[in-house]
Amino acid sequence: MYSQGLIGADTQTHETPEFLEAFQAKIDSEQKIEANDPMPQAYRNTLIRMISQHAHSEIVGMLPEGNWITRAPTLRRKVALLAKVQDEGGHGLYLYSAAETLGVSREQLTDELLSGKAKYSSIFNYPTPTWADIGAIGWLVDGAAIMNQVPLCRCSYGPYARAMIRVCKEESFHQRQGYELITSLMQGNDQQQAMAQDALNRWWWPSLMMFGPSDTDSQHSDQSMAWKIKRFTNDELRQKFVDATVPQAELIGLTLPDPDLRWNDTKNGEGGYDFGEIDWDEFWRVVKGHGMMNKDRLAARRKAHADGAWVREAALAHAARHATPDVALAS
Amino acid sequence: MAAIESQALVASVVQLADDHLILGHRLSEWCGHAPMLEEDLSMPNMALDLIGQARNLYSYAAELEGNNRSEDDLAYLRTDREYRNCLLVERPNTDFAHAMLRQLYFAAFMQPYWQAVLDGKDSVLRGVAGKAIKEVGYHIRHAGEWVVRLGDGTDESARRMNAAVDALHPYTEELFVVDADRQYCIDNNVLPDPQSVRTLWQDTINAVFSQALIEVPEVTYPLVGGREGRHTEDFGFLLADLQYMQRTYPGAQW
Repeated sequence: MYSQGLIGADTQTHETPEFLEAFQAKIDSEQKIEANDPMPQAYRNTLIRMISQHAHSEIVGMLPEGNWITRAPTLRRKVALLAKVQDEGGHGLYLYSAAETLGVSREQLTDELLSGKAKYSSIFNYPTPTWADIGAIGWLVDGAAIMNQVPLCRCSYGPYARAMIRVCKEESFHQRQGYELITSLMQGNDQQQAMAQDALNRWWWPSLMMFGPSDTDSQHSDQSMAWKIKRFTNDELRQKFVDATVPQAELIGLTLPDPDLRWNDTKNGEGGYDFGEIDWDEFWRVVKGHGMMNKDRLAARRKAHADGAWVREAALAHAARHATPDVALAS
Repeated sequence: MAAIESQALVASVVQLADDHLILGHRLSEWCGHAPMLEEDLSMPNMALDLIGQARNLYSYAAELEGNNRSEDDLAYLRTDREYRNCLLVERPNTDFAHAMLRQLYFAAFMQPYWQAVLDGKDSVLRGVAGKAIKEVGYHIRHAGEWVVRLGDGTDESARRMNAAVDALHPYTEELFVVDADRQYCIDNNVLPDPQSVRTLWQDTINAVFSQALIEVPEVTYPLVGGREGRHTEDFGFLLADLQYMQRTYPGAQW
């Protein structure tokens, strides 16, 4: 891995006022911060937290969708879903590598996930009881993720920004694929349409929660904006998502589960949807570990890690004795 | 094409497709649960190759059959006795040693088999083979490297790999079983005789096992039945998963 040499490197900085000022000036002039550049410890910590949470979300996010791979209704849907879940794993690998440029190892980050110390996106603590949930996740969850992630392609930290360019291309494909899946259901029989509507009813509000607490309650927003790690506030991104998604739902005959939702010509000067109050109690309950699937998700990750321990140990033991296995092919 | 030849070819192509679909299904069960992130990527990769090959084969069988059935009708809407995959590919995942060994056994057979298909007279099958050869070469390398690492890794991994060999080797003989339909295709130079690739298969297995410090067992009582539609108990559960949506919502389009 290209970042191995950086793990455990001395990342101490003397954070004099001159240093902090020069760092901010570099950010303000839109120069990228790179792996070996000096950076304030808090900037480093913020990025490690963000990137690792993002990586963990990709990994845990494989579970709710993976739940349907063996039951996908057609072979075409099956290969699309397999490829999609594989993409999420690829994003996880990519992002752990980006985090490693900041001096932490994948093992360390994985331990933090498995111990319950590290967070991942709470959306994955909701279950996927029906096939329509696969469409809803692609359309809404990946759609919300893109809103968050497109601005991250311009994030001040170079390795994260570059990773996000590829991630966003794939997420955007997933979003269209999910919408196409839901559209097919809406063109199907009554049961299929009801399945799609039910999935939207369950995923709509949690998708809005994905943007995080309202700007008035967000702990991390101001400093992250100043450092150009974030470019838009939680509420701005949530609004963009609502404005983009409502017409998509209406186009295929779905009803959004929000009686307060209506177009407001004067919103933010250019028009936008007013929408109902998010249930923040539910948000915090799930964040704190009390969602329907929190325990199952962690249990699944822990089981895979524990069941795979002997494999990883064997690979290390073998590598210590041999260079590369040289499998002679008979062909 | 004469009706009898067409029927024999359809049955043989479906048999091949079933092998690929069912092994792809077993591999796909690992997605998100593999021993390391790299394997969470490579196991679905191999599953995608196998299911892709199955799709090509089912589509071709459906076309030959000419009864307006689709690839999905063939993949999803048959009874257990109508699936003709070899038992090896339906054996449960058990652990990573079983999964990689099962993969090696199958890939080491399919690579020379597809190679021989290229000499046959069916141009569609030659096309499928041309693509599959490249993919299955990677499967041999990937699974073979793991068999070596695990066989010659730790005491625990060697124990597990040897247990996998004990459990799975008796199923390998079925790769070489030929039924009447396949024999018809062999006699008409449409598909190769599996016996013709036995030496190449054995050479690959011997080479990998020797590096993995594993003895190649003598099989006194081969376990066969899948080619006649007689499956192990696990297979019903696999079909329950696979067919769930198609059976619950008959006739729906997805």
